Amino acid sequence: MTSLFKGLLVPICTYVILAVSLNLTVGILGELSLGHAGFMCVGAFSGAFFTKAMADAIPSVNVRFGIALLVGAAVAALFGFLIGIPVLRLKGDYLAIVTLAFGEIIKNLINVFYVGKDANGFHFSMKDVASLNMGPEGEVIIKGAQGITGTPKASNFTIGILLVLLTLIIVLNLIHSRTGRAIMAIRDNRIAAESVGIHITKYKLLAFSISASLAGVAGVLYAHNLSSLAATPKNFGYNMSIMILVFVVLGGIGNIRGSMIAAVLLTALPELLRGLNNYRMLIYAIVLIVMMLFNSAPKAIEMRERLFDHMKKKNRKEAA
Amino acid sequence: MAMLEVKNLSISFGGLKAVNDFQITIEKGQLYGLIGPNGAGKTTVFNLLTGVYQPDTGSILLDGVNITGKKTIDINQTGIARTFQNIRLFKELSVLDNVKAGLHNHHPYSTLEGILRLPRYFKVEKEMDQRALDLLKVFDLDKEADYTASNLPYGKQRKLEIARALATKPKLLLLDEPAAGMNPNETKELMDTIRFVRDNFDMTILLIEHDMKLVSGICERLTVLNFGQVLTQGETADVLNDPQVITAYLGE
Repeated sequence: MTSLFKGLLVPICTYVILAVSLNLTVGILGELSLGHAGFMCVGAFSGAFFTKAMADAIPSVNVRFGIALLVGAAVAALFGFLIGIPVLRLKGDYLAIVTLAFGEIIKNLINVFYVGKDANGFHFSMKDVASLNMGPEGEVIIKGAQGITGTPKASNFTIGILLVLLTLIIVLNLIHSRTGRAIMAIRDNRIAAESVGIHITKYKLLAFSISASLAGVAGVLYAHNLSSLAATPKNFGYNMSIMILVFVVLGGIGNIRGSMIAAVLLTALPELLRGLNNYRMLIYAIVLIVMMLFNSAPKAIEMRERLFDHMKKKNRKEAA
Repeated sequence: MAMLEVKNLSISFGGLKAVNDFQITIEKGQLYGLIGPNGAGKTTVFNLLTGVYQPDTGSILLDGVNITGKKTIDINQTGIARTFQNIRLFKELSVLDNVKAGLHNHHPYSTLEGILRLPRYFKVEKEMDQRALDLLKVFDLDKEADYTASNLPYGKQRKLEIARALATKPKLLLLDEPAAGMNPNETKELMDTIRFVRDNFDMTILLIEHDMKLVSGICERLTVLNFGQVLTQGETADVLNDPQVITAYLGE
C-alpha cells in the first residue's frame, strides 16, 4: 500500500461517519441540513481542546482520546439540540437555512477565539493572546485563526474503522427500532404521525441531535489525525457541508450502504487520479454523473434489479 | 353517558364561519353518519374533534373527558383515532410498520433499549408484530404485510389506514369518506368490515360519506351539515326523507 493511500485511510473513515450521520437527518428524518461541517467543527475543537487541556491530568493519550470522542459527541449533540429546539418546530426548509448559517458562524467564531491555561485556570478572550492576562508559565490552547496546535496524533485506521462500525450500529439499530419507525413516520406524513400519537418535535430533535453528535465524533477523529487544527473554509466551510451532502445524495437518500460507498469512492478518487493532473476533475465529474444515473435513472434501476435476480437464480441453482 | 358530546362548536377562518354552532351526541357503540354537500364543513368538524384546529367556541366531551382545545397527540391518547379523506399512509414504510407506528404508544421501550438491542427490545417488538398481524388479518392484509404501503392497491390502502387508526386503541373512530374511489363491490366489502369493527372491537364510529348506499346501509343515525350548520339530525330513515335534506343535498 502506498503511503499516499495510507494517509487517506483515516479521512475516509471520517467522511464515511459524516455521510452516514447526515443520511440520518436527510434520508431518515427528511430534513435538509447544510451545516454538517459545522457540527464536525464543534466536535473537532471541543475534542482537541480536551486532549490538550487534560494533558497533565490524564497522561495516557489513548484514554484522553477516548474521552475526547465522548466530549466531542456531547458538545456537537448539544449544539444540534439547541438549533433544533426552535427550528424543528417549523414546517418547511428552515433547517437548511439555519444550519447553513450555523456552519459559517461557528467557523468564524472559532477564528477569533483565544483560550489559555495557567496556574489560575482557564482564560478566555475574543481579541488576542495578550488580553488573556495569563501568568508567565501560561500556555495558549486555542490561538484564534491559528487554532489548536500540537494535538497528539492519536487517530489511526483501527480506531477509525471501529468508530465507523459504532456509527453503523447506532444508526441502523435506531432505524429498525420503535424510535426509527416514529422518525420515518414523521418524514412520510407528519399529520398522520401526529394523529396516531407520535410526538413530532421530540423525535425530530432526537434524530437531529444523534446525527449532530456523530458528526462531532467524526470531527474528533479528524482533529487527532492532524498536528494542527484550524477552522478554514477548506475543512469546515460551506463546501465541506455540500461535499457531505453529495455523498448522501449520490449514495441514495436514506440508503446507508450507498452513502458509505459514495464517501469512500469520492474521497479516494481525487487522490488516486492525481497522476492524471488536468484530467482529474473531468474524470471526477464523469464518475459523479455515472453514479447519479446508476442510482436513480429508472432504466438503470431496472437493469440492476434484473442483474440481482439473475445472480440470485444462479446462486439457487448452485445450492441445489 | 354519551361517548361523544359536542356543544356549540364554532370556528371561523377570516370572515368565513366554517362551522357554526355544531352539536352532536353519539352513544357508545353507535354507527353515526355525517353527511352534507361539498364544502359544508364536514372535514373541518373532524379537524376540530382531533385538535388540528382549535375551536372559537364550544365544548367537546369524549366519554366524559373534556378534550376541547387539546393537542392532536393528547386527543389520540384520550381515545379518538381517524382516517383521512386523501389517504395519508406512511408511504415508504411496510404495511406492517404502518400498523406498528399506530401501536407506538401502547408498546413502549426506550430509544437506548432499541439501539443497544436489550432483551426488552426483542420482547416488545415480538408483541408488536403479533398485535399488528392480528389487526392486518381482520382487514385481510396479512399476506401483504411486507409490501411497501404505497404499492398497495387503492382499496387496501384505505383499509390499512383504518387498521392503523385501530392500532391506537381508540374509543371513537372517525372515518373521512372511507368509500371514496371504491367500486360497488369494494364498497360492499367495506360496509361489512366497518360493521365487523364496530361489533368486534366494541367501537363507536362516526363517518363522513357521500355514498348514500353505504350511509343508508350501515349508519344508525345521521347529522346533515349545510353551510357549516346542522340542518337536521336523527334516525337515518327519517333524515333521508326530510324534505329539507332532499332540497339541500340529495336532490329530487
